[in-house]
Amino acid sequence: MEDTIVILGGGPAGMEAALSLAGRGHKVYIVEKTGSLGGHLSRWDRLFPQQEPAQDILEELLNGIRKADDKIEVIYNAQVQSVKRRMRGLEVMLSNQQLLLVDALLVCCGFELFRAERKEEYGYGIYENVLTSADLEDRFKNRKVLCSDGRVPERVAFVHCVGSRDEKVDHTYCSKVCCVTAVKQACEIKELYPQTEVFNLYMDLRMFDRYFEQMYHKAQSQYGVHFVRGRLSEVSETADGKLQIKTEDTLLGRPMKLTVDMLVLMTGMQACAQTGELSEKLDIKVSPSDHFFETKDLFLKGNYAHAKGVFLAGACTGPKSLPDTLQDARSAAESIHRYLTD
Amino acid sequence: MNWEAKKLIWKDYQKEIPDDRYFYVRSCIRQNFWPASEHHFLKIMREDLGKDVYETEHHTTCGGIGYHCDIVKVETVMAIVARQFALMTEAGYKNYAVSCITSFGLYTEIIHTWQTFPEILERTRRQLKEATGREFEIPEHVAHASDIIYKLRHEIAAKAKYRLVNQKTGKPLKVVEHIGCHYAKMFPHKGVGGAEYPYVLAGMVEAWGGEVVDYPERRHCCGFGFRQYFVKANRGYSLSNTHKKFESMEAFKPDMIITNCPGCPYFLDRWQYVIAESEGKTYGENGQGIPVFTYEEVAGLVMGYDPWDLGLQVHQIGPESVLDKMGIPYDPQAKYKGLDGKDIGKPEFPQNIMGCC
Repeated sequence: MEDTIVILGGGPAGMEAALSLAGRGHKVYIVEKTGSLGGHLSRWDRLFPQQEPAQDILEELLNGIRKADDKIEVIYNAQVQSVKRRMRGLEVMLSNQQLLLVDALLVCCGFELFRAERKEEYGYGIYENVLTSADLEDRFKNRKVLCSDGRVPERVAFVHCVGSRDEKVDHTYCSKVCCVTAVKQACEIKELYPQTEVFNLYMDLRMFDRYFEQMYHKAQSQYGVHFVRGRLSEVSETADGKLQIKTEDTLLGRPMKLTVDMLVLMTGMQACAQTGELSEKLDIKVSPSDHFFETKDLFLKGNYAHAKGVFLAGACTGPKSLPDTLQDARSAAESIHRYLTD
Repeated sequence: MNWEAKKLIWKDYQKEIPDDRYFYVRSCIRQNFWPASEHHFLKIMREDLGKDVYETEHHTTCGGIGYHCDIVKVETVMAIVARQFALMTEAGYKNYAVSCITSFGLYTEIIHTWQTFPEILERTRRQLKEATGREFEIPEHVAHASDIIYKLRHEIAAKAKYRLVNQKTGKPLKVVEHIGCHYAKMFPHKGVGGAEYPYVLAGMVEAWGGEVVDYPERRHCCGFGFRQYFVKANRGYSLSNTHKKFESMEAFKPDMIITNCPGCPYFLDRWQYVIAESEGKTYGENGQGIPVFTYEEVAGLVMGYDPWDLGLQVHQIGPESVLDKMGIPYDPQAKYKGLDGKDIGKPEFPQNIMGCC
């Protein structure tokens, strides 16, 4: 008899875990709150570190789901309403009143981007030429990144750690992907507009993963991107519609003012809005320090939640890059398979 | 600039401001710098708007300047504040109106400390009782006086004789609003509009017909940072801060500046003279400075009070350019006449700040 698993969330982690579980002969339901699969990946243009088109990765995952339609069923526009424990497994009632009897549940609800408006001093939403990294990615899809008046920007600055490592917004953790995304996007601006001056304002550059350091060097040596170690204090608009930013060059130990045409805020990750509600319904723990779900441990039970038959994968347990998310999803599938077959 | 987005931020920073029954405490330095401002706050509240505002000659300084200069201990300041609240309690009031921005910040900080550490509140109660025999209640609401005028801005607009509009062109006057640092930078949720985009003065300007100027150094200190000015050797910093603000606002061609802090109008007003004398530079039209007002003065002008009764003759930068634009009549001969009609003396104006005399 085949085991049945419900996966909450149809982003990359949910899709990859579903494919792994289906490949092992299990029946999988993906419960997706929106009308399509893909999560944040569907919004992205190209991916670090080697500029792979995000659409290619997404298509491959979607093709896999389509091919495995005898094993994977996607339920769109639905969320968990209630969960009850059975002798073995769980009874999951969805918001569309569909009842699923499952042997295990995998949470893949992912992350949300930090709302840049919360850093009021950076002027997102107020000044038209202040964008987030996600907004910029949208513009890269059309290969046009222009100021609000249609001009090619002469100067662009990227601000790292917006909503990350910031006690003021209660996000003391690093979001892991913003540094490398800023380097990627800085290079892409230079590819589009070689004459544009690009500045990256960072606290530390966390180039921890494979090929990241090479990207950082390439950004400087090939593209001439300026890196300034300093956190932004405020943004204002000048009389001619440019943006005046105040920062500090902490290597020189001097305050600094810079006038730019466009400012890109590298918004970090935060736990998705359903985390609290799901933790109550599933009786699983949330970390008080970063508000993401807590796993049983960080070593051997890294995909186990604190409730029997409930597992976790992807960025719902903390910020992760896409490769790490996909690895984590496969790892969760392996953990579930072991749990069901032991 | 997206004003709708600003309004969304403003929605997050709304405070409850009662519109009546206040115990009012004055500022130490405003009474010397702009004595008619506090007088006209009371006059407008009581006579024009019919509000109950009580004040007593028994209240003292809050100790804020000494506290922020590190020469008065916080425990001492708490005892002073407790005594002020005891006066309010004895008078039967629960709403506390504060003229000074630094006092407002201090009251907010101390109440927050007491609420966070009840044992400190108990200690302060004990000390006040032992020292004076008085007891006190924490106010239900602490409002800066500009909060109250903000709250009543539409009532004032309804009674207005003049608007912040250039009568010749029909265009709104461009107004720089400058908020005292201690208003919301320490406790953003205690200020109308928060710390980054305060709305308390912007709301008045909008209601009275003007247009707010958002310029890059809008948030910067006026130059009355206490350690900049009170430490004599540091006064160059004070001047350079004011200079930085004027250099930044110059491109926006503001008609006037409105402020809500005791020190800000003083430094923004007086340092214009020093900059003019030392560098020969002025920031207003035709070699004039940019007139700087308190919010009570602006409310008074809008309501039709005589400019000289509002005390505008004690400003270094004369207000005449704004009076002319708003169409407010005034008697130049009466500018330096006191209430009793006697000559109060003319200052010696520098040649390069025109429009002063």
